[in-house]
Amino acid sequence: MDANHPNRPPAAPEGAKAAAGIDIVGLTKRYLTPKGETFTAIQDVNLRVEPGEFCAIVGPTGCGKSTTLAQVSGLERPSAGSVSVHDQIVDGITKGVSYMFQADALFPWKTVLANVLIGPVLLGMPKREATVLARDWLRRVGLAGFEDRYPHQLSGGMRKRVAMAAALINNPRILLMDEPFGALDVQTKAIMQNELLQLWEELRPSVLFITHDLDEAVALADKVVIMTSSPGTIKDVFDIDLPRPRGDVQQIRHEERFLELQGRIWESLKDEVTRAYKKSAGAAA
Amino acid sequence: MTTATHNGAFAQQQAAELKVAARRTMNRRTAWIWIGRAILAVAVIGGWQWFTTEGWVDKFFFGQPTEIWNSLIHLFTEGTAFGTIWENLWVTVQEAFMGFLLGTFVGVVLGLLLGSNKYLSAVVGPYIRIVNSIPRIVLGSIFIVAFGLGVFPKVLLAAVLVFFVVFFNAFQGVREVDQNLVGNVRVLGASPLQVAIHVTIPSAMTWIIASLHTAFGFAIIGALVAEVLGAQQGIGLIISQAQGTFDPNTVFACMVIIAAITLGAEALITLLEHKLLKWRPPSRSEAQAI
Repeated sequence: MDANHPNRPPAAPEGAKAAAGIDIVGLTKRYLTPKGETFTAIQDVNLRVEPGEFCAIVGPTGCGKSTTLAQVSGLERPSAGSVSVHDQIVDGITKGVSYMFQADALFPWKTVLANVLIGPVLLGMPKREATVLARDWLRRVGLAGFEDRYPHQLSGGMRKRVAMAAALINNPRILLMDEPFGALDVQTKAIMQNELLQLWEELRPSVLFITHDLDEAVALADKVVIMTSSPGTIKDVFDIDLPRPRGDVQQIRHEERFLELQGRIWESLKDEVTRAYKKSAGAAA
Repeated sequence: MTTATHNGAFAQQQAAELKVAARRTMNRRTAWIWIGRAILAVAVIGGWQWFTTEGWVDKFFFGQPTEIWNSLIHLFTEGTAFGTIWENLWVTVQEAFMGFLLGTFVGVVLGLLLGSNKYLSAVVGPYIRIVNSIPRIVLGSIFIVAFGLGVFPKVLLAAVLVFFVVFFNAFQGVREVDQNLVGNVRVLGASPLQVAIHVTIPSAMTWIIASLHTAFGFAIIGALVAEVLGAQQGIGLIISQAQGTFDPNTVFACMVIIAAITLGAEALITLLEHKLLKWRPPSRSEAQAI
C-alpha cells in the first residue's frame, strides 16, 4: 500500500501535509435508473474550496449533495466536468481523504481500537505504531478506556467519536462529512460540533460538510453553499465572517451577526425547500 | 457522620437482600422450566408406551419405547449384519462430515464470488435457481450408478444438499454488506482484496454461520438417503435392512442415534458461532435460545 502514497507519511499528527484546495468545475453526474432512463443528479456545479477552508453545503433533500461528495472522494466518476484536488484532476480514489457518514460506518465486528487503527494500517503503517496512534486518538476524543468495547456497546455519541477518530487519524487533507451529526439528539449534537471544531482548528483539513441544519452550517463553516434540487446546482454562496476560533456553538447562536447571516441564508434556502416540498407532496398525491 | 455510615450499612444490607431475592426468583423459574420439560417427555414417551401396550396403536407398525430401547442395546452389544454399530456410525458420520465440509467450502466461495460480482451473478443466477428447484435428492441415484456403493457418492449427495443452503446465505450476506463501510475503506485506500478481508467476509459471516445449523442437518439427510439407495455399510443401510424385515424399533433406534450425533454437531457449530460472532449484540433473537 505504501507505494500508492509516496509523498504522504501516514498520519503525522502535527499537520505536516498542508490541506488541499478543491476545485469543482462544471461537474455533472447522471445515473442510469433500473428502467433504463437517465437521471441527472447534479448539473454544472462549480465550487472552489480553499485549502483549510470549512465549507458547508445546505439544500433540500435529494439535491445531490451526497453525489457531489462521492465525486470529490473519487468513489464515483463524473459524467461531465471535473474535480481537482490540489490542482490534480481526480481520477480514482482521491488520496488523503476521509469520509464521515450519517450512519456511523464502523465495523461492528471490530473493537473500538481496531476500528480506529484500520486507517493507518491500510496505508501500510506497522500494526504496533498504528495501535499507539489509535490509542492516542481515542484519548483525544475522550474514549480512553473503551478500546476493547464493540460498537454496539457504545452510545450514539460515543460511536460518533470513534468515527471521528477513525476519520482524523490519517490526518486527512480533505474531510468529507455527509450529515455526520444528523441522527444525534440536540445536546449530543452540540457537544460533537464543539469537538469537531476543536479538532479541525488543530489539523486544519479542508472540509466539505453536508447538513440540513442551517444553524449548524452557519456556526461551523467559513462558507455556506446553497444547492437547488433536481438537478442539483449551486444557487448561492455565502461567506461567514464570524471570527475564529468560534468557541461554543451554543453561545454563537445568540450573536447578532450570526442571526443576521442565518436570516439572509434562510431567505435564499426557503424557496428551494418549499419548491422541493411541493414537488414531493405532488408526487405523493 | 454516624447516621451516614448507618445509612450506608443499611443500603448495603438492602442491596444484598435484593440480590438474594433475585437469585431465588431466577432459580425458581429455571426449576419450573425443567419440570415442564420432564412432564412433556414423560407424557409423550409414556403415552406412546401406554397406547401400544393397550393395543390402541399397533406396535408392529409404530414400535414401542421399551422395544426401541432393547434394539438400541442390541445394536450396541450384538452389532449388525454389517459389522459393529460403531463401524457403521463412523461411515455415516464420515460421509456427512466430509459432505458438509465440501458443500460449505464450495458454497461459501461461490457465494462470495457471485455476491460481489454483479455481472457474474446476473449471468449465472437463473441457472442456479433452476438447479435449486429440481429435487436434488434424486441425484443420489445417479451418483450411485456413476460412482458405485462406496463412500464417495454419499459425500457428493450430502455436499450437493449443503451447497445450496450455504451458497444462498453467503450470496445474500455479501449483498447485505453496508455500502457505507465499503466506501469508507475504499476512501482509506483499501485494495479489492482488503475490502473483501475487512468488510465483505466478516459481514457475510453472520449469514454463513446461520446457514450452517440447517446445513449440517442436510448433510446427515444426504448421507442417509444415499445409503438407503445403495451401500455396503452405514446407518442408512441398517435402516433400509430393518424396513425390509418389518422392524420399526431398529429404525427408531437408528433415528435416536442420528439425533444424538446431530445435536452434538449442532453444539459444536454453536460454539463456533459464539467464537466468531462475539461482536454481535447479545440476544438478537429469542428463537436462537431454543
